[in-house]
Amino acid sequence: MLYKSVFTYPQFEVERDYEKCIVCGCCVQQCTYDATLFLPYKRKVVNDNLKCVGCKRCEALCPTGAIRINRVQNEFKENAYWTSRTIRDIYKQADQGGAILTGGGNDRQFRVYWDHLLIDACQVTNPSIDPLREPMELRTFLGRKPDEIKVEFNDKGEPELKTEIAPNLVAEVPIIFAPMSYGALNLNMHRAMAAAAVAMGTYWNTGEGGLHRDLYPYGHRTIVQVASGRFGVSAEYLNVAAAVEIKIGQGAKPGIGGHLPGEKVDEEISKTRMIPVGTDALSPAPHHDIYSIEDLRQLIYAIKEATNYEKPVSVKIAAVHNVAAIASGIARAGADIIVLDGFRGGTGASPAIIRDYVGIPVEIAVAVVDQRLRDEGIRNWVSIIAAGGIRNSADVVKAIALGADAVYIGTAALMAVGCTLCQKCYTGRCAWGITTNDPYIANRLNPEIAAERLTNLLRGWAHEIKEMLGLMGINAIESLRGNRLRLRAVGLTKEEMEILGVLPAGAGL
Amino acid sequence: MKQRRRRIYPIEENCMGCRLCEVACATEHSAFKDPLVAFFEELPQSFTTVEVDRHISFSLSCRHCDEPYCVEACITGAMHQEQDGRVLVYEELCIGCFMCVASCPWGAVNPKRTEKKAAKCDLCPDREIPACVAACPNRALVYDVAQELTYRIEEEEEPFVEG
Repeated sequence: MLYKSVFTYPQFEVERDYEKCIVCGCCVQQCTYDATLFLPYKRKVVNDNLKCVGCKRCEALCPTGAIRINRVQNEFKENAYWTSRTIRDIYKQADQGGAILTGGGNDRQFRVYWDHLLIDACQVTNPSIDPLREPMELRTFLGRKPDEIKVEFNDKGEPELKTEIAPNLVAEVPIIFAPMSYGALNLNMHRAMAAAAVAMGTYWNTGEGGLHRDLYPYGHRTIVQVASGRFGVSAEYLNVAAAVEIKIGQGAKPGIGGHLPGEKVDEEISKTRMIPVGTDALSPAPHHDIYSIEDLRQLIYAIKEATNYEKPVSVKIAAVHNVAAIASGIARAGADIIVLDGFRGGTGASPAIIRDYVGIPVEIAVAVVDQRLRDEGIRNWVSIIAAGGIRNSADVVKAIALGADAVYIGTAALMAVGCTLCQKCYTGRCAWGITTNDPYIANRLNPEIAAERLTNLLRGWAHEIKEMLGLMGINAIESLRGNRLRLRAVGLTKEEMEILGVLPAGAGL
Repeated sequence: MKQRRRRIYPIEENCMGCRLCEVACATEHSAFKDPLVAFFEELPQSFTTVEVDRHISFSLSCRHCDEPYCVEACITGAMHQEQDGRVLVYEELCIGCFMCVASCPWGAVNPKRTEKKAAKCDLCPDREIPACVAACPNRALVYDVAQELTYRIEEEEEPFVEG
């Protein structure tokens, strides 16, 4: 508190009820930002509000409920234009002259298109279905579908499929854990996601940091990533997985690379990423071997060649202005799955200015890409995965109705295991043990508990999706895909509705 | 072999040193079983201690050994091993010589804060699972049926001489 810049103001204040504080020391030990101090002579716990990041770890664990973290209300004099955050960022940059880093997803007030879309339901003339009484299909096949099916009858008069079906991923729920790398997350979180994916019959994605050897047994439910840094990529890595994903861009930071600081690269991460201990893991902004769709095609086919054409290859791009044309190119380059990562997508570390103002919403991107591919007659060549800011099962249903095949959940998955969106992932001191590699903080995340919670989340969402399908009178999620007539828009402009391909509320068929 | 009661096992990899087990234990063994009353009005005493050494921590309570040193050391028979394997203090017999405290290799038996008696983990007779296990937010304490636990201490480390 003593040695600080004149321009430092606390963002949070820790309200401690001394009538309730039993000085058990739990909060002191749990605070990873050194904001809680124990004064032994006074037998008293005090707080340094300046260091508090508002992660609420102490509040959650206090056995007597003595702690409450409050946002400082009069942080700066109220100003509708110069908001507290703007003022704070200017002070910070004037102090240190760097880019403002942040973690998590975009938290600015942009229009949330999900919240302007409403779902249709069946009444009198077209009865709804009760998912508790009748089978409801959430199984989703991800990958290339043939243009036509050729069936021939054999000598016994039985039909035989003559078309060669491309490899597909089979997800029992259309919700997949988003790519979050080992290094950004710790191994406990990876273990949890892998176990939950296996339990729910869906997939999880390694992110660009490679796959730890302990997780090879979960390979059949793993999508492995090949990103611009090529960390941890080997023939074994590609072949142990269910699918391979080429990461071109990330929703939170389209067009820029990644940087895992050397301090975080410990023994295990170094082995997994195949880089020396303590070296910075720098992912370049572009793939240095991809400067055109033709180059992308070469990499896709190099991977297909390496995996004997047995695994679908996915390409992940950030949703940007020209996303429809890019997606069309990717489909023609031979990809089986396209992942569209919207601007709400989270990250472990990104310059705040890029996270906040680059890219477009995933709702729009999914709608335009689906429309473009359908117009060109190649929609069946690829599956579309929507990523970046999927918050609940209604978002999943809306994404699928707009044209996605499945969704990625990243931030929601982290929240399921405790994340409070304090956006301090980049510090590597996550008090919930998620985005830290400090072994002693990482063990706060018990993979067993985390896997149960992730499984519960997916199970809950799956129930809700089934209910929503039932009330729409649909008994398979595949019948909903691209079915935009089951959506209606409220409060959107005509142009927005045209782009989304959605009718306004009140418009019948 | 006699039917063994379950034991509390600490799991180092899961322990995050939050000390909620200590709070739960002290509360459970207080008169009103309320943490605020226990810590402000009474002399709280926890029978489990969280040992923290940089990157390792775990909650240490009585192991309820199969061949307990404390029972061997007790001169009045106050420290007693039950049929089901629990090691308990019979306070009316305890004279407070603290031989048990000195003999326990784990430091799990301690003088009672309120009177001159020995005090230790009793596996919470009023609860289905002990308070510390229930309070652990990260499953770093497991209440499970035990495999045989006979601790042998190397000769040079022997903390007391019999007889």
